[in-house]
Amino acid sequence: MTLVKHELKQGKTTFLIWTASIGFLLAVCIFLFPEMKDQMDGVSEIFASMGSFTEAFGMDRLNFGTLVGFYAVECGNVLGLGGAFFASLFAAGILSKEEKDKTAEFLLTHPVGRKRMITEKLMAVLILITGMNLILYTVAIGSIAAVGEEIPWKEISLLHLAYYLLQLELAGICFGISAFLRKGSASAGLSIAAMMYFLRLVANITDTAEFLKYITPFGYCDGADIVANGKLNGAMVAIGIAIGLGGIIIAYLKYTKKDIH
Amino acid sequence: MDLIKTTKLTKYYGKSRGIADLDLTVEQGEFFGFIGPNGAGKSTTIRILLGLIAPTSGSATVFGKDVSKKKVSILQNVGYLPSEALFYPGMKVKDILKLSADLRKKDCTAEARLLCDRLQLDTDRKIDDLSFGNRKKVAIVCALQHRPELLVLDEPTSGLDPLMQKVFFDILQERNREGTTIFISSHVLSEIQRNCSRAAIIREGRIIACDSVDALSKTSAKRITIHGTVSLEHLHGIRDSKVSEDSVSFLYSGDMNALLRALSSGHVDDLTITEPDLEEIFLHYYEKDDERYDTCQT
Repeated sequence: MTLVKHELKQGKTTFLIWTASIGFLLAVCIFLFPEMKDQMDGVSEIFASMGSFTEAFGMDRLNFGTLVGFYAVECGNVLGLGGAFFASLFAAGILSKEEKDKTAEFLLTHPVGRKRMITEKLMAVLILITGMNLILYTVAIGSIAAVGEEIPWKEISLLHLAYYLLQLELAGICFGISAFLRKGSASAGLSIAAMMYFLRLVANITDTAEFLKYITPFGYCDGADIVANGKLNGAMVAIGIAIGLGGIIIAYLKYTKKDIH
Repeated sequence: MDLIKTTKLTKYYGKSRGIADLDLTVEQGEFFGFIGPNGAGKSTTIRILLGLIAPTSGSATVFGKDVSKKKVSILQNVGYLPSEALFYPGMKVKDILKLSADLRKKDCTAEARLLCDRLQLDTDRKIDDLSFGNRKKVAIVCALQHRPELLVLDEPTSGLDPLMQKVFFDILQERNREGTTIFISSHVLSEIQRNCSRAAIIREGRIIACDSVDALSKTSAKRITIHGTVSLEHLHGIRDSKVSEDSVSFLYSGDMNALLRALSSGHVDDLTITEPDLEEIFLHYYEKDDERYDTCQT
C-alpha cells in the first residue's frame, strides 16, 4: 500500500485542479439552465436545425428545453471531455513517468516486484478516477437541487455511470500505452482521448460510420440514447470493458519484462 | 561464499554491445572495485545485478540467488547508490527517506538520523532545492539506512566535495569491517586504490583484468614529468616517454628508489608525479593483450 499512498500524494495537485475545474464548469452549466429554459422554445428550434452539427451532439433527439436534455448535451460534454482527458493523462503518465523523471532507478531497486508496482499504481489510478466521479456526481446533484429543479435521478445516475466507465476504459488503454513509453506521455494521453471523442462525432454524423460507436467509449455515453432507452447499451459497455482490461493486461505483460533505462 | 557471480553474462541493446561474456566473482566481505571508462559496461552490469534489465544470455547470481527469479528477496538486502540521484519532485528529504524505508517495510529512523548527521544533510529541505551533491547524500542515506548486506555503488563520489568524500568512505570502511560487502564502480583510480581490496577492469564490455588492488597497482605505473636535466639512462621500467625542449614526461613502473637517486643526482627545476590517467592504464593492458596475442602467434 506504500506505493498507492505515494502515488495518491504525487497526483493530489493534478487531481484537485481537474476536479475543481470540471466541477466548476458543471455547476455553471446547471446554474445557467433556469435562465435558458424560459428562452428555450426558440433556442431548441435553432439547435435542432443546424444539420450535421445538431446530429453530432445528438441534439436532434434530445429536448433541450428539459433539464435532462440540456444536461445530457451541455454537461455531458463538460464531464465527458474533462473526465476523459484527466483519466487518459493520468494513466498514460503513471508508469512512464518513472523512466522519464529517472526515478525508476530509485523505485525499482527497492524490494518491490514489478507486478506489485503495476498493481499499486493501477489502484491509485482507479481510486483517483472514482474519487473524482463521486465528487462530480455530488456537485451535479447539489447544483440541480440548488436551482430548484426536480432531480432526474435515473437519467443523471446513468449518465454519470456511463462517463465513469468511459474514464476507466480510457485509463485502461492509456495504462497499457504507458508501459511502453519512456519519454513524454501527455501527448499520447491527450490524443487518445481526443481521437475517441471525434470518433463519436463522426459516428453520429455519418450513418456508414456508425460502427465507430462500438469502438469509442463515447459510444455508450451518448446522452440521447441513454435518455431515450433508460439504460446503457450493454454490448457497447461490454466491448469497452474488454478493451480497458486488454490495456491493463498489456501493461502487465510489457512492464514486467521491460528493460528499465 | 560468492556473493556476486556472473557467468558469461551478455547484454546487447539491439545490435550495440553492453557487455559480452562477462565472468565476475565477488566474495562475501570484499571491498570490490569495478573500473572502466564511460560506456565500458559498468552500469549495464550493475543494472542486470539489480534486475533493472534482463541479460541477453548468461547468468548472474547475488547471495547465490538468480537475479531474474529472486529479484525481490535479493533487493531486500541490497543498498544501491545510482550515479545520478533523482527523486520525486515536491518531496522533502525526510519523506524520501521514509518512503524508501517503507518500501523495505523497515523502520530505519535511528540509522537515518545518524547518517544525516554525519553527512550534514538537512532532512526538512525540499528535494527540488537541493544541489547535486546534497541529492547524492540523500541517495547515500537511502542506500545505507537499512543496513544492507551488499552495497552497490555506481560512481558514488561524483558531486561530493572532498570532505564529504572522506566521510563517505569512512562510513563505507566501517560497514565493510562489520561485514558488509561493497561493490563500487568508478573511473577514479585513486578511489579504488585507497579503499578496495580487489578490483576488476572492464573494457568494451569485457573484463580484461581482475586481481587484488596491490597487484593491479604494481602493473600500473606513475606518470612522471621532470623539468630540468636528469640522466635517466640506467632506469628500468620507462615507457611512453615524451621529450620536449626542457622537460621529459614518461610512465614509470620501476623501482621508486632508483628513480629518486637518479633525480637527486641531476638538476630538477620542477617535478610532478601523478597517477596515470585511466587511459594510460588501459594502454598498459592493451599492450599486454597484444603481447599475449604475439606469443600465441609464434
